[in-house]
Amino acid sequence: MAFYLATKEVWRNRGRYFLFSLVIALITTLVLFTAALAEGLASANREYLSKLDAQLIVFQKNVDLSANASQIGESLLTSIKRIEGVETVGAIGLSSATIILSSAQQSQQDVSLIGVEPGKPGLPPVLLGRNLKTTRAREVIIDQRIAQKFDINPGDNLTIKTIQGTDEKFFTLKVVGVTDGGQQYLFRPSIFVPYRTWDEIRSQPTPSIIKPDLIFNIVAVKISAGQDTSEVANRIQSGVKDIEVTDISTAIRALPGYTAQQNTLNTQQIFTLLIGVLVIGGFFQIQMLQKVPQIGVLKAIGVSNAIVAIATVLQIVLVTTFGVALGSVVTFTLAALIPSTVPIVFNGTLVAIATTALLLIGPLGGLVTVRLAVSVEPLIALGLSS
Amino acid sequence: MQPVLIAESVSKIYSNNGSSVRAVDNVSLDVKAGEFVALVGPSGSGKTTMLAVLASLLRPTLGHVRIDGYDLNDMNETERVRFRREKIGFTFQNNNLLPYLTVQENVEMMLKLNQKLDKEGRERARQLLVWLGLEDRLNALPNRLSGGQKQRVAIARSLIHNPSLVLADEPTANLDSERAYQVVKVFSDLIHEQNKAGIMVTHDLRLCVYVDKVIQMRDGKIEQVLTTRQEIDNFIACA
Ligand SMILES: Nc1ncnc2c1ncn2[C@@H]1O[C@H](COP(=O)(O)OP(=O)(O)O)[C@@H](O)[C@H]1O
Ligand SMILES: [Mg+2]
Repeated sequence: MAFYLATKEVWRNRGRYFLFSLVIALITTLVLFTAALAEGLASANREYLSKLDAQLIVFQKNVDLSANASQIGESLLTSIKRIEGVETVGAIGLSSATIILSSAQQSQQDVSLIGVEPGKPGLPPVLLGRNLKTTRAREVIIDQRIAQKFDINPGDNLTIKTIQGTDEKFFTLKVVGVTDGGQQYLFRPSIFVPYRTWDEIRSQPTPSIIKPDLIFNIVAVKISAGQDTSEVANRIQSGVKDIEVTDISTAIRALPGYTAQQNTLNTQQIFTLLIGVLVIGGFFQIQMLQKVPQIGVLKAIGVSNAIVAIATVLQIVLVTTFGVALGSVVTFTLAALIPSTVPIVFNGTLVAIATTALLLIGPLGGLVTVRLAVSVEPLIALGLSS
Repeated sequence: MQPVLIAESVSKIYSNNGSSVRAVDNVSLDVKAGEFVALVGPSGSGKTTMLAVLASLLRPTLGHVRIDGYDLNDMNETERVRFRREKIGFTFQNNNLLPYLTVQENVEMMLKLNQKLDKEGRERARQLLVWLGLEDRLNALPNRLSGGQKQRVAIARSLIHNPSLVLADEPTANLDSERAYQVVKVFSDLIHEQNKAGIMVTHDLRLCVYVDKVIQMRDGKIEQVLTTRQEIDNFIACA
């Protein structure tokens, strides 16, 4: 009976309910896009760090976990390596550069220029060609995105531009390998060079000079199997001076703008959901207020509160589900049409969470309406109240 | 023969914040099967309140109502809801029909509600509507009907599930007098034909030509009861 009443009413007023489910579809699209954008931006920022084959990252002390500001000398590297439970460490230098394919603007690409130690954590595996082997060769491995975008293959030469002092410097590197397409760091695709090469060619305030001690930005620490991550972290922290040890996820949250951006987008998402609750609640409440006399008659002729309540919930669920389904279809269609430069990533878990939340806002917004429906007295059918 | 409806010394006192209104004051009445009764009286005399008590929508402050031998006072809310859908048929002044169900569906709803909707029930609903002159409106939605048509559909709905007692509160209040006569006439015919106990509240005394008994109320009390054709016709003539 409840199902019969609920569906008949929706069907006979399908125009109105369809329009309203469009509103829900719109909210769904907004929520899913915000989620995808949050995920897209987050991964463009953190991809490299989150794929590191390491559990801990060591920063210089008192730099607020800023990889840019952090400086760690070679001697500290040796000290960290000696700590019990550390399997291997990899020094990592982080900076940026521009790939120059020709003088045309569109054939230039800003990249993260990452200096790594061959065979150590920090160097991603390659899909094509071979990995870096020596510490000072003029060789580079590149993100698959760049390889595909500019049709670069192992064996090709690549020119990059950096700024040293006040001068633009150009360096030619030989591409030896291509990594997977997910190695972005600070919103740029990455290219990897041996550590000493990095130190020579990177952008820096003064032209490169020979330094007594090599300086890196951060150190990736891989822990021996069976060791407890936080115990090893504590041991490093107390055993080595002037450093700060964190796990990868803390390091990610400390990336420039990462936390602020995620918070902004999450807040936006939560507010969109809240608006959804209010809109759905408002719509059904207004519907119900108009239907009070009709509900009174239903109850007077012997329709139980249970049927009235179930019919109300069913309608809300029906309209919300339709709206969310419609919104999802629209979202994924749009997503397929949007140029790949827009950083949207649909992460299965996040989409599932967002969809569930969207499906729940209907009944949530409708709670007041169900209460109203249940509280209508059959006496009003006779124009009386108790 | 035992009357279908027996009301014994029913009083209903509304009391809200200090003041109390004795809307129904010690009213006793009974209605037999096949008997159509008009409840008349000036506005505020307690007709609707009495009807609500008889319909098990309102608990009397004092007194008893028995329908088919069941004392309404002995029932809890759930039992009353069930009793209403099984034993009582209703026509209200307005908002009778569900706007999203067709004429036929509105009538069938009473059967569906009682889980008795089958092929035979559908056919009965159709025949009743045809008899009421709604043959070409069976699949119309209520907003396409005139006021008189709506009330005829409501009458069909109030009878289709074979209730014992049929109640109507000013069913013709929104109709012109010609339509009102038509509606009450078919109502009366059906009550007699189907042998139901029927009560209609009305303030239009002329409609009493179709009833078998007139109960006149004033200030919550029964002022007079007219039971013969002669008495009723005189009463109408005076009005
Ligand atoms: N909920 C209520 N609270 C208090 N008084 C009420 C309430 N409903 C009706 N009354 C009063 O009860 C009396 C009878 O009302 P009612 O049964 O509607 O009479 P009628 O239908 O004959 O016009 C009136 O004086 C009315 O004001
Ligand atoms: Mg009244």
